[in-house]
Amino acid sequence: MSSEFAFVGILAVFATLLPVAGLAVAWLVRPKKPNPIKQSTYECGIETRGEAWVQFRACYYVFALLFVVFDVEAAFLLPWAVAYNQLALYAVVEAVIFVAILALALVYAWRKDALRWT
Amino acid sequence: MEALIRWLVDTFPPLSEALARLIVYVLYSGVLAFVAPVLIVVAYTYMERKVLARIQDRVGPNRAGPLGVLQGFADAVKMLTKEDVTPACADRVVFNLAPVLATVAAILVFAVLPVAPGVIGADLQAGVLYVVAIGALGEVAALMAGWSSDNKFALLGAFRAVAQLIAYEIPIVLAILAVVLAAGSMQLGAIVAAQDIPFALVLPVAFLVLLVASIAEIGRSPFDLLEAESEIVAGYHVEYSGMKFAFFFIGEYMHLFASAGVITTLFLGGWRGPLASSDSLLGVLLGFIYFVVKTTAVIWIMMWVRGTLFRIRIDHLLDFAWKFLVPLGLILVVAVAVALKLPAVNSPALRWIALLGANVIAALLMMIVISLLARRSRSAALRAVAGAD
Amino acid sequence: MAIEQALQIFVFVILTLMTLGGGLAVVTSRNLFHAALSLILSLAGVVGYYVLLDAGFLAIVQLLIYIGAISILILFSIMLTRGLMTPRQVQRNEQWWIAALVVFLTFVVLIVALWQMVWPIADDEALRTPNVAISQLGEALVGPYAIPFEIISVLLLVALVGAIVLARETENNQGSHAEAGSSE
Repeated sequence: MSSEFAFVGILAVFATLLPVAGLAVAWLVRPKKPNPIKQSTYECGIETRGEAWVQFRACYYVFALLFVVFDVEAAFLLPWAVAYNQLALYAVVEAVIFVAILALALVYAWRKDALRWT
Repeated sequence: MEALIRWLVDTFPPLSEALARLIVYVLYSGVLAFVAPVLIVVAYTYMERKVLARIQDRVGPNRAGPLGVLQGFADAVKMLTKEDVTPACADRVVFNLAPVLATVAAILVFAVLPVAPGVIGADLQAGVLYVVAIGALGEVAALMAGWSSDNKFALLGAFRAVAQLIAYEIPIVLAILAVVLAAGSMQLGAIVAAQDIPFALVLPVAFLVLLVASIAEIGRSPFDLLEAESEIVAGYHVEYSGMKFAFFFIGEYMHLFASAGVITTLFLGGWRGPLASSDSLLGVLLGFIYFVVKTTAVIWIMMWVRGTLFRIRIDHLLDFAWKFLVPLGLILVVAVAVALKLPAVNSPALRWIALLGANVIAALLMMIVISLLARRSRSAALRAVAGAD
Repeated sequence: MAIEQALQIFVFVILTLMTLGGGLAVVTSRNLFHAALSLILSLAGVVGYYVLLDAGFLAIVQLLIYIGAISILILFSIMLTRGLMTPRQVQRNEQWWIAALVVFLTFVVLIVALWQMVWPIADDEALRTPNVAISQLGEALVGPYAIPFEIISVLLLVALVGAIVLARETENNQGSHAEAGSSE
C-alpha cells in the first residue's frame, strides 16, 4: 500500500467522523416530539397518492449509458494523454480514430433524437 | 509535507520516518476534515450572502457580530438544536447514510489538492481522475437520499440531479484531458509545476468549459435544477431537516470550494505567484494565500453568475451539455493533440501560440456547426408551422 | 516491517468483509435498491484491493467506472422497471435448481483453477518500485495493444446503439406515460 493512499484512507476515516459526530451531538441536544402528521410524507404539502417509487422513462437510461460510454473513453484516453510527449505520430492518429468512433456514437444518438428530454 | 516529516525525524531522533509520516498525515487529515469544513462553510456562506445582497441592492446579514460575520455560527447552533423529522415510511438506514456520504465525498477531494507549495495530502499519479471519480460518490449520495425519503418530489429531484451531474461530468473530463495533454501528467502537483503560463491563458476554451461544467456539477444557479423550488420543491433533500440537512449544506459548500480549488489548480497556476516557494515557511504561507485568493476569486465569479442569471429548463440544460459542451470538448481535445504534434512547434512561445490557436479554432468550429444546426432546425420549425396553417 | 504487515492484513480483512458481505447482501436482499447499494459496497471493497496491490490507477478507474457510472446505470434501470420497487419480490422461480447446479460447477472449476495456478511472485525489488508509470500504460495502449484499443471504441458504439434501439421499443410499448409523478 503506497503512502499516498494511506493518506486518503486516513482522511476518509476522519471525514466520516465529522458527520457522525455532528449527527450524534444533534441527537443529544435536539428536541424529540414526533407525531404521525409531522412524519407523514411531505409534511406540509398535499398528501401524496400511490407509491413514491414510480416508473421512470427510458430516456434516463440512455443518458446514463451515454455517460458510461464517455467515462470509459476518458479512462482510456487519460493514460494516452499522459504519454503524449513520448508518442510517435501514428499514436495520435490512433487516438483520433478512437475519439472519432465515439463522436459517431454521439452523432447517432443525436440523429435518433435520443438526446431529447421528453 | 515531506519537509515537515524530515524536520520531525531530525528534531526528535527516536521518531522513525514511518511514525513521523503517520503523525503528519493524521494532523493534516484532522485539519482537512474538521477545521477546513467549519471555516469554509462559515466564511463562504457569509460571503455568498453579502455578495448576493450587494447584487440585489440589499445589506445582507448584519446582526450577529460585527457586520454579521458570526451569522454562520448562529446558523450552526440553530441547525444543531432543530428537531429532526424523519418520514415514517422512509428507509431509515439509507436515509441517515446519505448526508454522511455526501459530506465525505466533498471532503475527500481535498486529499489531492496542492493548497500550498509542498502541502498536498496525496499527490496521486492519477490525481485529476481521482477528483472526478470522487464526485461520483456525491451522485450515489443524492440517489440514496432521494430514494430513501419515500417522496415523489425527492425521487424525481434525485434522478434529475443525477442526470444533470453525469451530463456535465463528461465536459469536465474532456477539459481535464486537454490540460493533461498540455501538462503531460495527471498529478496535480506536476500540473501546477507545468504552468509557467497559467493554463487559463493557454487553453481558454477548456477553462471556460470546466468553469461552466463545474457550476453545473455543484448545482448552482443557473443550473440549480436539483432544487428548483417551483418544480420539485427542493430536490432530493426535501425530507431532510436539522443536522442531516446541515450536512448536505456543508457538503455543498465543501464541494463548491473543492471545485473552485481544482479550477485554480488546473488553470490558474494553483499556489504559484511571486515569491511563493517550498524553500521557506514564508514562501509556503505566501503560496497558501495565493491559492486561497485565486480560489475565492473563482467562487466569487460563481456567486456573481448565480446573482445574475436565472434558472434554465431541464431540456435546455441537458442539450447544453450533450449537444454543445461534449462536442466542443471532443473537438478541443483533438485540436490540442494536433497542435502539440505540429512539426514547427519547438519553442515554448510557439507552443503557446499553437495551443491558443487550437482553442480558437475549436471554438469557432463548434460555433459554426451549432449555428448551422440551429438555422436548420429553425427553418424546419417554420416549415412545420407553415404546413399546419 | 511487522506493523506494516499487520496493518495490511487488517485492511485486507475489512475489505474482504466489505466485498463478500456486500455480495451476500446483493443476493439475499429482497429490496432491489438495497441490493444495488450493496453492490456498490462490494465494488468499493474491490477498489481497496487494487490499492493494496499498488495498482493506484486501476483503483481510481474502478471507482470512476464501476461506482460512478455502472452503478448509476443499474440504479436508473431499476427505476425503469414497474412494480419491482416494492419489497415483496419472490426471489426464486422454478429453475432455481439449475441455477444452483451451474453455480456449484462454476465454484468447483474456480477452486480447482485457483489451486493449480502457480502464482508468479514479484521479487522484492519490483515491489518496492513505485506504481507502474501511467505513461507506460498509455504507450502500451496505442503501441502493442492498438487493435484492442480501437475495438473498445467500436464496442462502446455498439452498446450505445443497442441501448437506443431498445429504449425506443420500450417507449413505444409504454405508450405515452408521462414523466414519473403524473403517470399515476
